[in-house]
Amino acid sequence: MNALVPGEPLDESGQRMLAGGERPPAVEVLSAEKVFSNGTRGLAPIDLSIAEGEFLTLIGPSGCGKSTLLKLIANLIEPSDGRLLWWRGDFSQVGQEGRRFAFVFQEATLMPWARVDANVRLPLELANLAKAKAAPLVAEAIERVGLSAFVRHFPRQLSGGMKMRVSIARALVTKPNLLLMDEPFGALDEFTRNRLDADLIRLWWDGRLTTVFVTHSIYEAVFLSTRIIVMAANPGRIFRTMTIDEPQPRDEGFRDSPKFAAYCRELSTWLAEASLPSASGGLP
Amino acid sequence: MKPLLQSETFVRIAAPLAVGITLFVLWEVGFRLASVPVYLFPKPSDIFASFVHNGPSLFRALLVTLRVTLQAFAAAVIIGTLIAFMFVQSRAIEVSLFPYAVLLQVTPVVAIAPLIIILVKNTQLSLTICATLVALFPIISNTTLGLRSVDPGLANYFRMNRASRLKTLIKLRIPGALPYFFGGLRISSGLALIGAVVAEFVAGTGGRSSGLAYEILDAGFTLDIPRMFAALFLITLTGVCLFAAMGVLSRLALANWHESEIRTET
Repeated sequence: MNALVPGEPLDESGQRMLAGGERPPAVEVLSAEKVFSNGTRGLAPIDLSIAEGEFLTLIGPSGCGKSTLLKLIANLIEPSDGRLLWWRGDFSQVGQEGRRFAFVFQEATLMPWARVDANVRLPLELANLAKAKAAPLVAEAIERVGLSAFVRHFPRQLSGGMKMRVSIARALVTKPNLLLMDEPFGALDEFTRNRLDADLIRLWWDGRLTTVFVTHSIYEAVFLSTRIIVMAANPGRIFRTMTIDEPQPRDEGFRDSPKFAAYCRELSTWLAEASLPSASGGLP
Repeated sequence: MKPLLQSETFVRIAAPLAVGITLFVLWEVGFRLASVPVYLFPKPSDIFASFVHNGPSLFRALLVTLRVTLQAFAAAVIIGTLIAFMFVQSRAIEVSLFPYAVLLQVTPVVAIAPLIIILVKNTQLSLTICATLVALFPIISNTTLGLRSVDPGLANYFRMNRASRLKTLIKLRIPGALPYFFGGLRISSGLALIGAVVAEFVAGTGGRSSGLAYEILDAGFTLDIPRMFAALFLITLTGVCLFAAMGVLSRLALANWHESEIRTET
């Protein structure tokens, strides 16, 4: 197992490690810290290894740096100190086959003037892929999020949940290995959110995607994740880690199980502790 | 009867039309009863008679004015858009040049028209230049505003995908600027007509290449008030048509996505 070289695809046996350990890391955060230009310590030095195939969720009170950590992973910002590795290499190699990532924002951020297919095609177009070559990829990505009947619709004709699906299809169309999601379903109603969560689990499982997910919802975190990182603020740091070792792919049955409730209860306690002034070293 | 009255399109056309017809009838009847002399203020029927009588010359004048207007409008759209593109390339360019663009807006065309008419030999060309100067500013300011008003989330997405400047311009900035650009077109089309008419007033050109402004001047000299009204009416009609045409263009381009052109079904 340890002989796996970086970038090698996961084995075909269907056996997947749930949390860290024996899988090669997709992302390694090595004592990375972030001090903002105004002197605020956004993140204390953080060490974190995200294994391939993991579904890792970052959760915590506001200001705990979970979005900052996600942006570091996406290389949208640079660490003030320490460094990150992607597939055991630096960021210059990211984008090559087997080392791609996609980012899904809190809002769908679709182009209002473009139809669903054109919106999904955008990343391929920006990568200068010919329209004819892009077409099957676009159709497949739209199919995977269940919007094949809405290919020629404009964003304003879609509901909030459907817009988010388009946004996810736009991320999937580049065939990413790593999916970074910053509270993607935060603005949706609970029913829609649950449905999208269930679909996301399937996409993650079928697509063998490594996913890093930021959320405020305890239920969402427990339902989706193989590992949950609870963060605390002032300065932003990892407070505790919870592993959710449950069979995959999960379905609505898991949501109704007593185990689910137990995980949620524990996570909720941890979050309360992480939000205490003593835990934060300052005011909440 | 009911569904027709409830149809918004019908009401939108019928209501202003009814107001117009009522005003015309009141005007005709009132002026007839008060027997206002034609050389003071003509009745609609006098104006109509003048239309029939002076038809060919009025029509020729209309074509002249229309040509100046459309040429100036086209020039303003092209030049204004290019200047807007230049402005968004860098803040430094915009900051140093925008005050001069404002000069265009605040200088009355009547004040600079004589200068341009002296400087430029060809009268048609000088009229077009005057009208262009009047029509230019709304295009510059609206298009610049539009090109700058990029959805920050989308801009971020383009940056993350390492999109080139050109791709960002074509795929993001230009489509996003269209609603503002069409807003500029509506204002600018009317201003091009005003500019053309005002410049011609100043130039006072006669002969075969004279436009509607000269018709008005000439009618004033000869106290042919109905002809004056007929020319005035043609200018107004041209302006309305231009405005409507811009509305249609804007609807064609934006109907599917922009809030301003979306008809909500209720």
